Amino acid sequence: MIHLENVVKTYKVARRGTGTRETLRAFFRRDYTEIRALDGLSFDIPDGEIVGLLGPNGAGKSTAIKILSGILYPDSGTVECNGFVPYKDRMRYTREIGVVFGQRTQLFWDVPVGDSYALLKDIYDIPDDVFNENLEEMTALLRLEKLLTTPARQLSLGQRMRCELAASLLHSPKILFLDEPTIGLDAASKLAVRKFVRDVNERRQTTVILTTHDMQDVEALSERVMMIGKGKLLLNGTLSDIRREGESLDESLVEFYRQIELDNREEEEDLS
Amino acid sequence: MKRHSFRLYRHYVALNIRSSMQYKSSFMFTILGQTIATVSTLLSLIFIFQRFPVIKGFTLNDVILCAGIVQLQFSIAEMWARGFDRFAVTVRRAEFDRILLRPRNHVLQVLGSQFELSRIGRLIQGIIMIVYGVIKAQVNWTFLKGLTLFNMIVCGTLLFSGLHMIRAGLCFFTLQGLEFMNIFTDGFREHGKYPLSIYGDKFLLICTIVIPYTLTQYYPLLYLIGKRTDWWLPWSPLPSLLFLIPCWLIWRIGVRHYQSAGS
Repeated sequence: MIHLENVVKTYKVARRGTGTRETLRAFFRRDYTEIRALDGLSFDIPDGEIVGLLGPNGAGKSTAIKILSGILYPDSGTVECNGFVPYKDRMRYTREIGVVFGQRTQLFWDVPVGDSYALLKDIYDIPDDVFNENLEEMTALLRLEKLLTTPARQLSLGQRMRCELAASLLHSPKILFLDEPTIGLDAASKLAVRKFVRDVNERRQTTVILTTHDMQDVEALSERVMMIGKGKLLLNGTLSDIRREGESLDESLVEFYRQIELDNREEEEDLS
Repeated sequence: MKRHSFRLYRHYVALNIRSSMQYKSSFMFTILGQTIATVSTLLSLIFIFQRFPVIKGFTLNDVILCAGIVQLQFSIAEMWARGFDRFAVTVRRAEFDRILLRPRNHVLQVLGSQFELSRIGRLIQGIIMIVYGVIKAQVNWTFLKGLTLFNMIVCGTLLFSGLHMIRAGLCFFTLQGLEFMNIFTDGFREHGKYPLSIYGDKFLLICTIVIPYTLTQYYPLLYLIGKRTDWWLPWSPLPSLLFLIPCWLIWRIGVRHYQSAGS
């Protein structure tokens, strides 16, 4: 059970003009602007659900994931995940979650993937039997046999993502965060990732929280979508709330953003 | 729990060593470069002492022993605290997020993230200089002198590690490498070749109360080479460990700042 109530998070961002003169000036006197990444975000996610977090770039999705996974403190509001306050009970809470960042790796770059897994076993203190069972299951589901002996740097992006997914599940987490897990993957790898996430959710009742810009990911995986814009929850429903007749999902989504004034033109005006 | 932490640390080190073995030629060249640098250090000492046989009461052999000890302290710290030394990169690549996502102590994970085996070149040369200095300076070996040397190496290594930790803690605010911090690490390795008293009393005082270099170098060295015999000198490196408290606090403040400010 994940419970978020009225969560606010602001960043201070140094503002400066362009050009040498302005840069020099900014060196001595900085103007800060506050950016509200989350502006009173509230939602609940029951156990075992797959939820897609949607929203344009800069909407606050990553901030939400970082607060839910305990990386950041909120300025105010309540956060509770499976009975833990993520940023307070870090040591115990992180045992219950797995996190995959599509753009970054958690594997040691120069050693075989299997060696990184062995390190994770020690980091999470995973008992032998649990570790072996999980590794076997992941190897079968993600076809990792050959990859386990390959150094991470020699893997293709798709192969690496399969290895990342396995890495984040070795300690049997109850919640899995996937931040753009299919970014840059080819069609076959995308399908493999989606199928795997569905399988894991069914087999283990793992709660999955997914952020993505790929509407097909959402279509294939989540019963529920939550739309975040300007740090607020704009929609808590299903894809059918967004989908419009005779349009692709992407087109429908853009139209949806436009209706709630979230399209890029608006955002650019905000920035100027 | 403690035992597990130690096992985990060993595991990290083993993985790091295996990683660096992937790049054998880079490894060999690094060691070669360090050897040349150390030999030139030695030569510069020898040249200076050809003109002045004694500097403020210290002979060439005393200084070689001193330089060897500082070299050893510095290189062990560089080897095992490399994760703090290179922390700016970790922060900028947002790899610190991953550290926060794991149920382990931050410090242990940062130490484990890097282990610079290639510093073994400098380390061995430090040992050679110490052995040479000990033999040539005719140190009358006693248990207490052995203890003095041991305390100097352990506390000096931790002092350098603490300085790396301060730099890492400040990285959370600047997101940049802080080159000026090198004054305190590389700078001391260079100037610390000589017993710090040769730079004058004021400098000696600053290097005792601001950053306690003298406690891991000058004072115990006096005992080692038999210039003074006060009972407390073998233990003089130990108070320098207090310096680790502010280092740790700065690190803690940095981590807090990171978590509240975002990356």
